[in-house]
Amino acid sequence: MRSHTFEARELVSGYDQRMILDRVSLQIPAHQISVIIGANASGKSTLLKTLARVIKPAQGDVLLDGQSIYHIPPKQFARVVGLLPQSPIVPEGITVADLVGRGRYPHQSMFGLWRREDYEAVAEAMELMGISELANRSLDELSGGQRQRVWIAMALAQQTDILFLDEPTTYLDITYQVEILDLLTDLNRKYGTTIVMVLHDINLAARYADCLFALRQGRLIAEGKPSDVISSELIKEVFGLDCTIITDPVSLSPSIVPIGRHHGSGIKQMGGIVHVQ
Amino acid sequence: MMNMQTMEMIRAGRARRRRRWLAVTIVLTVLALALCCAMLLMGNTFYPISDVVAVLLGEQIKGATFAIQTVRLPRMLAGLFAGFAFGVAGYIFQTMLRNPLANPNVIGITSGSSAAAVFCIIVLQSGRTLTFLVSVIAGLLTVLILYVLARGRSFSIGRMILVGIGIQAMCNSIITYLMLIGEEHNLPAAVRWLTGSLNGIRQEELPVLIACSLILVPAVCLLGRPLMMMELGEQSASSLGVRTDLTRVLLIVGAVVLSAVATAITGPIASVAFLAGPIAVRLAGAGSSNIIPAGLVGAVLVLAADLVGQFALPVKLPVGIITGIIGAPYLLFLLVQMNRRGEL
Repeated sequence: MRSHTFEARELVSGYDQRMILDRVSLQIPAHQISVIIGANASGKSTLLKTLARVIKPAQGDVLLDGQSIYHIPPKQFARVVGLLPQSPIVPEGITVADLVGRGRYPHQSMFGLWRREDYEAVAEAMELMGISELANRSLDELSGGQRQRVWIAMALAQQTDILFLDEPTTYLDITYQVEILDLLTDLNRKYGTTIVMVLHDINLAARYADCLFALRQGRLIAEGKPSDVISSELIKEVFGLDCTIITDPVSLSPSIVPIGRHHGSGIKQMGGIVHVQ
Repeated sequence: MMNMQTMEMIRAGRARRRRRWLAVTIVLTVLALALCCAMLLMGNTFYPISDVVAVLLGEQIKGATFAIQTVRLPRMLAGLFAGFAFGVAGYIFQTMLRNPLANPNVIGITSGSSAAAVFCIIVLQSGRTLTFLVSVIAGLLTVLILYVLARGRSFSIGRMILVGIGIQAMCNSIITYLMLIGEEHNLPAAVRWLTGSLNGIRQEELPVLIACSLILVPAVCLLGRPLMMMELGEQSASSLGVRTDLTRVLLIVGAVVLSAVATAITGPIASVAFLAGPIAVRLAGAGSSNIIPAGLVGAVLVLAADLVGQFALPVKLPVGIITGIIGAPYLLFLLVQMNRRGEL
């Protein structure tokens, strides 16, 4: 895995006339797992799509190794940076191996002849995601969790050094959520792939991220290691939620416990862990 | 060790898909050629193969030369190339917009061409060349209008199809009005734009269609792989390195010109663009670029329907009526199916 610098400078981006990101600047740490958190409509997906070149920013620039990503030919960019969208579309009747194989597109010529390295990349991606046995099954027959692994395998077959994922765990049971995040961590540890993803679940984000980026109304308001960044003040600011922070006994990462309006008896009994206004 | 097994499975699956695609393509080609032969052999008089071959090689045979060279050969070539063009254009729209309803006939592009052509014939009384050019340009303009109207806040395929159906209704009412005010001697030329027919195809009209097909079909085939990536959605395609905007524009222009040129010669042969793609995908499998099989299915449909219309029924019917009859139940089936899945 090669090391790349990847940074956003003063990004203003959105859809049509409506701008969502407000001058976001950040640097993606190489070979680490970064997670973008924020409330609904805070601009998480917009940020990810802008970084992955799906949306062109109105202002500002995204630089890969110091070069604006809009000056890099699309296929060349696609050999370094991959994206798994939030709800990718499954063409009817397509098999697992066929779909994963489409990840080889940026590596192939116009005629799409398959070379040995294409077969190897697809096989490796499928094994890593544990879906080898499903190779010639139709995607229509698979469960949600299996499908998500197929999509990630497709992104892996693309063999990019940097991988963006837009809510890779949405719609999945908690078991599959953990499984997918574990697999992504394997990928990061084994190959040094730089991973940047949007996650809804703050506790999973805090556990799996090396680096967190917190967005609020299109602005980046905090970044850094979860243990440094997560505090009840930040959660209040980002999500407007009162909570108390405890240490996740398994990972020793910070974990939030929401307070809400009805279940505060624990806090009273224990003399109050945090001060709630 | 494990890796080798997986690779073998992938290789085998891929080989199976390619074999199936190739077999289907070959069978369809043979079928299309057989239908072409039938088109040359059959008519008011049945000429033996030896006569047909002799005529094609330039020999003069009384009766046969006229019938084959000026009637049957143009009819056959028009059916073959127009059918192919409709099939390809339909497949491109359906695949790119990921919706079987999305094809030049249903979303009003053909109606736009037809309305413009009928206007040229009846109001401007213009010649064939001008009519032809105007109809192609009108087709492209209709797509543009459709695209702008469907864009709204964010581009939606469903909205594009609904707007297209509206445009189609509007164009059809314009055509009906023009036909009512038109002078009688102009009507036969105008009717050509309403129901597809291979009757009275003239030799001198064919070169444009054939030349366009020979240029545009290979051109859109080169975009076959980006098109397959676009099946995965804009975002996936874009992140795989496809220039989605450019690919979409090129494919739309290619498909619209192909279908408009074919329409200018045979009229809109109903349902071919709509049926060819799904049939081709069903036969050849979803894992490949099916532009060529879709074109072949289109050609087979048109040629077979024309033979049925000419010879199998007590009355002679134009090809467009036969294909329309085949297409209608499938349209209903699709609507019911999509409604059930909540896609409408």
